[in-house]
Amino acid sequence: MNDIFDRLVSFDGTGELLTLPFVQRALIAAAVLGLVAGLLAPLVVARGMAFAVHGTSELAFTGGAAALVLGIEVGLGAVLGSVLAALVFGLLGLRQRERDSVIGVVLAFGLGLGVLLLALYDGRASNKFGLLTGSIVSVDSTNLWVLAACATVVVGTLVVWYRPLLFASTDPGVAAARGVPVRLLSPLFAVLIGLTTALAVPAVGAVLVLAVMITPGAAAARVSASPLAGTVIAVVVAEVALLGGTVLSLGPGLPISGYVAAIVFLCYLVCRLIGRVRAG
Amino acid sequence: MMTVVRSPQAATDAASTHSVVSVRGARMAFGERVLWDALDLEIVPGEFIAVLGPNGSGKTTLLQVLLGLRHLTAGEVLVDGRPPGRGSDRIGYIPQQSTLEADLPLRARDLVGLGLDGHRLGLGPLGPGARRVRRRRIDAAMAEVGATGYADAPLARLSGGEQQRLRVAQALVGEPSVLLCDEPLLSLDLASQRTVAMLIEIRRRTAGTPVVFVTHEINPVLPLVDRVLYLVDGQFRIGPVEEVMTTEVLSELYGTRVDVLRVRDRLVVVGAEEVPHHVHGPDE
Repeated sequence: MNDIFDRLVSFDGTGELLTLPFVQRALIAAAVLGLVAGLLAPLVVARGMAFAVHGTSELAFTGGAAALVLGIEVGLGAVLGSVLAALVFGLLGLRQRERDSVIGVVLAFGLGLGVLLLALYDGRASNKFGLLTGSIVSVDSTNLWVLAACATVVVGTLVVWYRPLLFASTDPGVAAARGVPVRLLSPLFAVLIGLTTALAVPAVGAVLVLAVMITPGAAAARVSASPLAGTVIAVVVAEVALLGGTVLSLGPGLPISGYVAAIVFLCYLVCRLIGRVRAG
Repeated sequence: MMTVVRSPQAATDAASTHSVVSVRGARMAFGERVLWDALDLEIVPGEFIAVLGPNGSGKTTLLQVLLGLRHLTAGEVLVDGRPPGRGSDRIGYIPQQSTLEADLPLRARDLVGLGLDGHRLGLGPLGPGARRVRRRRIDAAMAEVGATGYADAPLARLSGGEQQRLRVAQALVGEPSVLLCDEPLLSLDLASQRTVAMLIEIRRRTAGTPVVFVTHEINPVLPLVDRVLYLVDGQFRIGPVEEVMTTEVLSELYGTRVDVLRVRDRLVVVGAEEVPHHVHGPDE
């Protein structure tokens, strides 16, 4: 028991590792991801799009796998796969039940295709595994320009469209009556999710994208109903989980994703507790 | 009960002033199916129009036309002398009460704030002065509907009646020239129905804001209604309550025997609900 704990939590060499450029680049990538994921998470929760995010991430995996086989930039493949998936999901509109089943269908197909593509790939096994569970090496191999471009597009779009997006996400009927293009915003938001998902896949892997795209928003919703405060809390939770998870994973040399998922879940439990105590 | 001061005089006086909403020669058809044709309706300041009719008769479609979300097949519609455009500040819209998700990231004041500027691009007023002005407007709108006590409460925790008060504030905060209501009293208890109707009525009296009130149940607003627009399966009738809500008129509209009875201060319509109605419209 103690052995396992020692193996999971260890700071052997963490200090030295932190001085390495590839670790520092991974930390920068984690910080940028935490910002965009935290900004989007409350809207994802408000729109009830958890499953759509999961489906999108599985297609980022498919895109990444295809890129590996074709020998092009994996990050680019992930962006293409997830944005395409997000667009399909976004165009399905707002009818929840119908959307869920279509996402399930597309997700299963994409995942199967990805498995086949990975089997065709004869390169390093860590590249394959990295797509599913994430790793610090795959974060480093993400082109920093892809990262910067995606983050800029997401933040820039939010600066211009945040209020109509919030209106359409929380109160679609009145938003449409006030002239907010609710139907148009659905694919727009889906593209933002697609871009952010593609950023998240190298770090936390396709399987655990939900940990950074949903949990911070769900945690924030427990503590505050204010859109501004909720967004700040979600960003803080996402940053703590991603940066903390990256640092904790260094010593043991284990995947980032497990640590990120554990920290973010802990944050969620704490937020639930705070919410419970406050409600009296 | 609310006091009733409905004078026929008010309507004639108002007719001399300009109409806030003009519907002229309007026709709405989906393929073969005609919702209405040759519909003329001039709504003057301070007027309260109830829109009644069975499901699928086009009540909601009419609201969508006034909101600029749907185009007429023929004819024209003007709000404040201009065709209604998307994103109009001129129209306040009150929807029916709906169940909200517990994790909805909105407080009461945020809902009202969205009614003020949620349709605008950009991050909104950033300077302290502009933010204070915005906050004051939202506070005033909430005070007007008696919602100050729960201004900072999460929206999803509030009762249906409290949510509908906020809906009134959300619609009024932008100082609209006309108020469109789509079944705002549905699923509310009697006391809340009375409060919400009264809040709408107060604005009509103090600011002369005309009200278009879509409902399947006229009784909660019966004392307030100036005119009724009754739509049934492509036919319609417009006029004061006592002219439209009669056994003769409704029997003719429905094409079957419909009885309208006055029981104390309520109107009871017998027979209309059993009429098998047409295939539902695209929105209802």
